Amino acid sequence: MEAIEVTGLRKTYGGRDAVAGIDLVVARGEIFALLGPNGAGKTTTVEILEGHRRRSAGDVRVLGEDPGRAGSAWRARIGIVLQDADDAADLTVHEMVRHIAGFYPDPRTSDEVIELVGLGAKRNAKIRTLSGGQRRRVDVALGIVGRPELLFLDEPTTGFDPEARRRFWDLIRTLAGDGTTILLTTHYLDEAEALADRLAVMAGGGIVAEGTPATLGGRGAGQARVSWMDGGTARTEQVSDPSDLIRGLVASGADLSTLTITRPTLEDTYLNLIGAQR
Amino acid sequence: MSGTFAPAPGRAPMRTILGRQIRMELLLTARRGEAVVLAMGVPLLVMLGAGLFDVTNLPTDDRLGYVVPGVLALTVMSTAFTGQAITTGYERSYGVLKRLGASPLTRPGLLLAKTAAVLAQIVVQVLVLALVGLAVGWRPEAGALIPALGVTVLAAAGYSGLALLLASVLKPETTTGAATLIYVVMLSIGGIMFSAPALGAAGWFLLPLAAHAEALRATLMHGDAVPAGIWLALAAWAIVWPALAARGFRWE
Repeated sequence: MEAIEVTGLRKTYGGRDAVAGIDLVVARGEIFALLGPNGAGKTTTVEILEGHRRRSAGDVRVLGEDPGRAGSAWRARIGIVLQDADDAADLTVHEMVRHIAGFYPDPRTSDEVIELVGLGAKRNAKIRTLSGGQRRRVDVALGIVGRPELLFLDEPTTGFDPEARRRFWDLIRTLAGDGTTILLTTHYLDEAEALADRLAVMAGGGIVAEGTPATLGGRGAGQARVSWMDGGTARTEQVSDPSDLIRGLVASGADLSTLTITRPTLEDTYLNLIGAQR
Repeated sequence: MSGTFAPAPGRAPMRTILGRQIRMELLLTARRGEAVVLAMGVPLLVMLGAGLFDVTNLPTDDRLGYVVPGVLALTVMSTAFTGQAITTGYERSYGVLKRLGASPLTRPGLLLAKTAAVLAQIVVQVLVLALVGLAVGWRPEAGALIPALGVTVLAAAGYSGLALLLASVLKPETTTGAATLIYVVMLSIGGIMFSAPALGAAGWFLLPLAAHAEALRATLMHGDAVPAGIWLALAAWAIVWPALAARGFRWE
């Protein structure tokens, strides 16, 4: 059984489609990333999958159940890191994590989770005194403390500093390595590239491309750009396989100290996909 | 190494979840202890002012006997309705509730925990006010204490239900305004400092503060039974609003 199966999912607000009939399958144990600009429908989609929002049409199965009807036993199997929980609670990090941990039968200990998200030094600080990035890390801690089978992360690293982001990536890889299915939305292409087994790009409420980071949007089959200096002039050629070109250059005795071969980055591919929608 | 992070999902027993949420609500209440004390300010002023001095016309010479039950009823409303609505409204807008909605805590579970926490708060406030009342000369009837407690629990549950419903439907600023307005209107016409007009069951339903105050007067002042119309009206409050809140409450 797949972790998530979505067919024809549609969400309409006042006659406008926020999500315009998408299909999606996420396998168990997979890290799946949803990319897309603001307003593409990512968060709406994720909130429907979490059971926080009703859908207008379509069929949705998350861990085998319809999230619109599933009860708290189902809810206990998923972990959620919300996009915008701006918690001004008068609780310390430790109190909040321990509190939510108590809702689960076999939780991680709160100290373990606080260390995992790198908030050990802020254990006894009130949540409202934390920076935005630190609060996001509290959200992450709350999302994983119950050892969920399926973890939703909605733009989890917004406001993280680079080091915290790398540590977070390691954490996500560890969770996935031990069998947690992860669905992540993000603005950061490097994040999707570093983490995702598969990803989909959303724009205007629809999925415009789906694949692995290496193959998304025909990226793997894209032309390689070969650039070198030829007696003081810059030369560039686009070829699908640069082998022959380079053999020829070597044979001709060209200066290859400045040779570069590039393929479209995930960002190039992404911007093309998004651009085509506008 | 594998296994340390392995999923082990599940839900703790609902009793455990509820117990923990009630404890958390109480902890948060204690953290805003100054608000709990301040909430007793108006009732205290009313009790000492109207109870000890002839500032209003009362249908009795036993001013404290008349005023203290009304003040207790006012405190219940202030905490279970006004305080509850405002706090919950802001919690919702800050995203605290949405976060809880992502956990295995159910909607009725949250409403129950919030109502239980408010009841605990009311126990403390009523005890303090009653002690002050006794200190300045209030001499209640002790014989009808159980029905007095019964109507108080019903009133608190009803207030809390309406508060949670308002807080989940309106914006926090609107909730604050509406809750304050309803408090002031009830305080003015609710028969706390002077006698309310005689009301039928429907009237008691519209003026729960007056109904509660009247019931407390019947029991604590005269040792009488609570009129059936008041039982009916407050029971309706305790069923209708919590039920509507459990159906319509929104986490975000």
